[in-house]
Amino acid sequence: MNYIVTFYNETYKILLLLIPILVSVAMIVWFDRRVWGFVQRRKGPNVVGPFGLLQTAADALKYIFKEIIIPASSNKIVFILAPIVTMTLALSAWAVIPFSDEMFISDINVGILYIFAISSLGVYGIIMGGWASNSKYPFLGAIRSAAQMVSYEVSIGIIIINVLLCVGSLNLRDIVLAQEKLWFVVPLFPMFVIYFISALAETNRPPFDLPEAEAELVAGYQTEYSGMMYAMFWLGEYANILLLCALGSILFLGGWLSPVDIYPFNIIPGVFWMIFKILLLFFMFAIVKAIVPRYRYDQLMRLGWKVFLPFSLLYVILTASFLVYFDLLPN
Amino acid sequence: MIAHALFFYFFSIIAIISAIFVIVSRNTVHAVFFLILDFISISCLFIMIGAEFLGMMMLIVYVGAVAVLFLFVVMLMNVTEQKLSWFRGSKKSGHIPIGLIVGSVILLELIVIVGGWKYRNTFAETKFLSFDPNFTNTHLIGNVLYTEYIHLFQISGIILLCSMVGAIVLTYRKREGAKKQKYFEQVSREREDSVKLIDAEFDKGVKIDD
Repeated sequence: MNYIVTFYNETYKILLLLIPILVSVAMIVWFDRRVWGFVQRRKGPNVVGPFGLLQTAADALKYIFKEIIIPASSNKIVFILAPIVTMTLALSAWAVIPFSDEMFISDINVGILYIFAISSLGVYGIIMGGWASNSKYPFLGAIRSAAQMVSYEVSIGIIIINVLLCVGSLNLRDIVLAQEKLWFVVPLFPMFVIYFISALAETNRPPFDLPEAEAELVAGYQTEYSGMMYAMFWLGEYANILLLCALGSILFLGGWLSPVDIYPFNIIPGVFWMIFKILLLFFMFAIVKAIVPRYRYDQLMRLGWKVFLPFSLLYVILTASFLVYFDLLPN
Repeated sequence: MIAHALFFYFFSIIAIISAIFVIVSRNTVHAVFFLILDFISISCLFIMIGAEFLGMMMLIVYVGAVAVLFLFVVMLMNVTEQKLSWFRGSKKSGHIPIGLIVGSVILLELIVIVGGWKYRNTFAETKFLSFDPNFTNTHLIGNVLYTEYIHLFQISGIILLCSMVGAIVLTYRKREGAKKQKYFEQVSREREDSVKLIDAEFDKGVKIDD
């Protein structure tokens, strides 16, 4: 009986998290296209619904009613599995994100490692999709994107080590609570910049959208996908972007903490600040998409391995020696 | 406890079945996918016994990095459909005797080890790994690794570094005529280096190559 109650409670909590996330992914796609439009002095999607808010719903409807085409020479099981893997992984990482002091599904000791592990699994959706399509462009796109994601994961890992040195715990709530006096964006500002750029590369966003560079590879690993399966790739991608925005706000921008601890600000619930910070980071993602040209592949690899990796390693040594010298090491 | 046992059997059955399929499946890419499934279910088992740090490391290192490289190699070497002619056809192959020898040696070693193995139930009370509920197991592993076993830890790091350098040395070759971008030269180029103003004489033109 106890199990059933627990099961019911957990399911209820999970649905309460997943449905808002899926809805906000839809909204964020609209927001992305809208910002993109405004930067280029267009209007963007503004026809369906007020301000075009229902544009994504219309798109989703279109995808649902389209036919799913499975190429005859593809590896069918892996082909169908790929979008499912992408979307499941993108959504399951949200289980440990704390939205406020008591709003989270699970509060595990190795929260940051969990997110890191799940996001490193994300590459399989892409490789499986590219390989199972049994076609040239998807395969090239998948290989490119796997190399890119593995490279930038390394630098994200070292950036996380920087933050963990200042916190002394792998728990995401502890990471936020350690920033009560000073957000980590101030002492670790260079790391914040590198995190932002690596997150762009990790989620295959422009200017690093080489896996799906349409001028070279048609649509990369998604070329053979159609209908709802394509939409699932798409949803997973945006859920991943939101996840990295949330992780960035937890690591550097103080999570649910209000920016100043004075009267009108500190009565606003923490959830509001968390969502505000996620949206702020996403706004930066959207702006970058509109204003920066695409990188060449060798430049991308050079940036990851020869610039970011040595610099963040150096910063780890700097942070560690600073903490040891001034005796600020957390227990 | 029932749910705990159910989850344990669930994950271990998946682990065993996928380990069998790694060997059995003819398509090598499928074999790697089953290997990944195996890694994932074993890390779930790690998490179930409370070794959450080890479980996550298993996911990050083996699934996130090593298996991706496996997959790369298998996909790029174009060995997806393995030929079974060795076993079915009349063609002789030199691989089978070597494989049999290595396999029997490993089996013999396993028999020797398992035969001499005694279950110690004092294992959990070993000196350095004493369980303390006040600390997470990340703390405990770190404490052991960086104090008692610091030399072994550093030496294994050095061995890994050596093998990395060795791999690069073995595969490195200088390519003739490859064009490289020189960033610093590009950025530090001034107007004077590249543009020259010449007064062209009327009706004669300019020789650019001078």
